[in-house]
Amino acid sequence: MTQQSAEWRRNRLGMGVWPHQGEVAIVGWGQSPVDRRWDGVNMDRTLGAYAILAIKRALEDAGIEPEDLDGLLCCPENMAGNPGPAGSWGPYRPYFPPPYDSEDGLTVVTNNWLRGQMPELTNIQYAPDNVPAIGDGMGFAAQACADGMYQVGVYVYTANNLEGRYRQGGEFDNAHVSGNRQWGQPWGDYQGLMTSTNVPIQQYCERYGITWDELLSPFVINQHRNGLLKNPDEYEGWSYYYQYGPSQLTTEDYVNSRHIYFPLKIWDCDRPVNSVGAFVFATAERAKDMKQKPVYVANHSQGSGGRARSTQETLEDTEKAKEWVARLVYEGSGWSPSDVDIFNPYDGFSTFMPTTLEAFQWHGVGKGDAAAFLTGDIRVEGPHPFCSGGGNLGNGRTRTAMYIDSIQQLRGTAGPRQVSIKGGRPQTAICAFAPGNSAAYLCLTNEAPG
Amino acid sequence: MPKLIPVPDELSKPFWDAVNEKRLIVQHCTGCNTLQYPPRPDCQDCDSGELQWKETSGRGHILANMVVADGRLGRTRPDQPFNLAVISLDDDPKINFFSNLPGVPPYQVPIGAAVEVMFEEVEPGQLIHEWRLVEE
Repeated sequence: MTQQSAEWRRNRLGMGVWPHQGEVAIVGWGQSPVDRRWDGVNMDRTLGAYAILAIKRALEDAGIEPEDLDGLLCCPENMAGNPGPAGSWGPYRPYFPPPYDSEDGLTVVTNNWLRGQMPELTNIQYAPDNVPAIGDGMGFAAQACADGMYQVGVYVYTANNLEGRYRQGGEFDNAHVSGNRQWGQPWGDYQGLMTSTNVPIQQYCERYGITWDELLSPFVINQHRNGLLKNPDEYEGWSYYYQYGPSQLTTEDYVNSRHIYFPLKIWDCDRPVNSVGAFVFATAERAKDMKQKPVYVANHSQGSGGRARSTQETLEDTEKAKEWVARLVYEGSGWSPSDVDIFNPYDGFSTFMPTTLEAFQWHGVGKGDAAAFLTGDIRVEGPHPFCSGGGNLGNGRTRTAMYIDSIQQLRGTAGPRQVSIKGGRPQTAICAFAPGNSAAYLCLTNEAPG
Repeated sequence: MPKLIPVPDELSKPFWDAVNEKRLIVQHCTGCNTLQYPPRPDCQDCDSGELQWKETSGRGHILANMVVADGRLGRTRPDQPFNLAVISLDDDPKINFFSNLPGVPPYQVPIGAAVEVMFEEVEPGQLIHEWRLVEE
């Protein structure tokens, strides 16, 4: 049932607590280096090479051997290429000798390619084709494990941007626009999250009497700080900013940075990178004897809280959508806001944050409270360690930081980012790759429920 | 500035035909008496398929503005920075439209100001709706 069917999704209210709580655990993670882009030269830094490295690191973290894996779940989606069929990234030069004689291994990585390059994966029984991107994908992996499709498997997410610029050209260079694009692109709205989430934040600022910079700069700066707080026990870490000349973003840097879609600035946007993350899932039965203390999946969710009522999403639209998302997540986990120790929602754009915080009511943040919260003490050492992993904004667009940090926080291995809850380790975490009004959240817990 | 050119489809053709006649129409649900734009096959509020076209007053107010400084659409990049304003329709403020507010310099958009619809030719025979400032 988890092969390709949509039935695995938990995307509507009324489904209740996930019936497989405590049956699936994450027991390992691995991340490749985080580069700005592949240089087209070093074959040990391709997307494929990084996928292999991330898997090996995840297996090492879990303390298991390649032959222990019976599930391989590599997401073949990627971020390379311009939008639309006209702009698919292609070889501007000849391909390379095998295994880099096609797109597979360069701009995409598939299960088949990995199995070809990792003959040590001798026991793979489950390797579905259409593994979703990491937001839905982590839930897909958890559900597949719970459904008995595999017992020990690795989910792999590849993030790349080989062109350097993100999503320009292709269909975006066309003169004519059809379908839904006809309602925004004639005026220059590319119809993505930089505009759909922009106006709601402008309205938020107006409603609560705060400027854009005042509201968002403390959060963005804190994300960079968290991204630089590398655990010294880890290899090179998983932050682009740490690996390529660590320096702390300042308020002055933020305020003076160039606009993309004014008032949205470049530091409100994550940095596209070339990197791969991998996560080992296992049944609770198999997990109990592994190297790491299992981090159990308490719930996964998908779907969307809704769309703009008209052309441009408004604050009212956003609030309504995110309240639905939060209800879905809490219903599926059986948790209430006060049960959540670690909250790592998705921050691909800083504009996601105020309304997400208020919808989830984390640390008692109610409607209108996000401004005071975000401008308060949100450091990992402080009383409100929001987004302790630094997210995409603090690490680059790996889309894995939210998950890695949550796992580390629950294990107690986050090093200088380690959050203390009443003198002890955090016990629960919510993490996500949930852009806009997406409901793609994952709930994790230290203790096997029930 | 050169703009991207809409290609009407079955759903949108009545709308663009009206725009080409310099009329701004939106969908009206006779089931729940709400207005809807952009057009959809069914009413987003009550799912009714009983949708008719209704001409609007063509008047609105500036709800918000963005300035496209580093956008992704190739045809409009040479004219950056430019306004990308959101206009709420006076007939129903929940309906909104985009506008470049021709003649208004970027970063100098008067939020809340009154506007009225105008029409701009993007290629021979094809108009799009635009908005300009008016005195209240």
